[in-house]
Amino acid sequence: MRRSLLFIPADSPAMMQNADVFDADAIIFDLEDAVLPAEKDAALSLLDQYLQAYPLSATEIMVRINPLDSPYAERDLKQVVSDQIDTIVLPKADVNALKRLDAILAKLETSTGMTKTIKVIALIETPSAVLDAPSIAQAPRVDGLLLGGEDLATSLEVERTSQGMEILLARSLLVLAAKAKGIDAIDTPYVNSRDLDGLGHDARGAKGLGMNAKSCIHPNQVETVNLCFSPTASEIAYAQKIIALKETHGKGVFAVDGKMVDAPVLKRAERLLQKARHWNLVKP
Amino acid sequence: MKTGIAGSVSSHDCLITVRPHDRLEIIIESLVYAQFGKQIESVINETLHALGIQTLFVHVNDRGALDYAIKARLITAIKRLEEDDA
Repeated sequence: MRRSLLFIPADSPAMMQNADVFDADAIIFDLEDAVLPAEKDAALSLLDQYLQAYPLSATEIMVRINPLDSPYAERDLKQVVSDQIDTIVLPKADVNALKRLDAILAKLETSTGMTKTIKVIALIETPSAVLDAPSIAQAPRVDGLLLGGEDLATSLEVERTSQGMEILLARSLLVLAAKAKGIDAIDTPYVNSRDLDGLGHDARGAKGLGMNAKSCIHPNQVETVNLCFSPTASEIAYAQKIIALKETHGKGVFAVDGKMVDAPVLKRAERLLQKARHWNLVKP
Repeated sequence: MKTGIAGSVSSHDCLITVRPHDRLEIIIESLVYAQFGKQIESVINETLHALGIQTLFVHVNDRGALDYAIKARLITAIKRLEEDDA
């Protein structure tokens, strides 16, 4: 389960060696946009040595590689794919690139004798990827769709705004595609790292559309994002009330505080309590 | 003269410069040399040994880098020197 995914540039030792103290559910070590072309080799070596020296078992470890059609991607994969990482984040994802990535990962997993299967998060950041999101979600290994709002806005020839109307449809389509497969819908980062009120507003809007996590570009965003995507105390109390009354009534349909409760409402309550337990917000 | 350079002088990093030499010479500049100078030298020596390198000039401008960063920067500097040679 994920709420917050924190990007950390793979060429920054100062940030990398504090990765496990930021309280993010996942760390995305970034070999792509955060690293200048002339420093790709140095970042890859730094990340490789870091992962060998500091296995981070409590946090999901992701690596955003360079686009598969770039001269760097295969070298990235050869160096970082190991049991030390959990997930590859693929920029500019499309169905063909995801199939190629699956084949490369399968080969590396076999040749290196890995004990785990690497997952993939597809970065949806072009208009065609938004329209093709249902197929992308169904591609092998994909267990999350991450919206890249800035690249998408560039393609759409629009400015990003605090209201986010320019990416409303993309957010909704991504949520539908992800939820149709039962995987994570992960929202685009909020790029003003000093505006935590704006971040909270943006995250709540995304959550309202069905996003269940958000990427972060600065450690100070993690707490706000975690809070937003965690069940609240009142939501947990209401869900517990529903589950308790279900057991008392023994019926498929009943009322809680005057509101009808049936199978879908029960399922939401169970899911919410599952998340609350996972994040230690309620006693097991 | 051909050189390989990697890293930076940002906090927690180091800038490593290598160039061909007729022997092994390691020069370390560090604000924490008194506490960690020997450790830095040891990481450099172990990395060079693993790479099978016996002669090289290595200059380390350390800004509090941990062992993994020193090792990574040295490996990259050497690769860049080799690419420059190619």
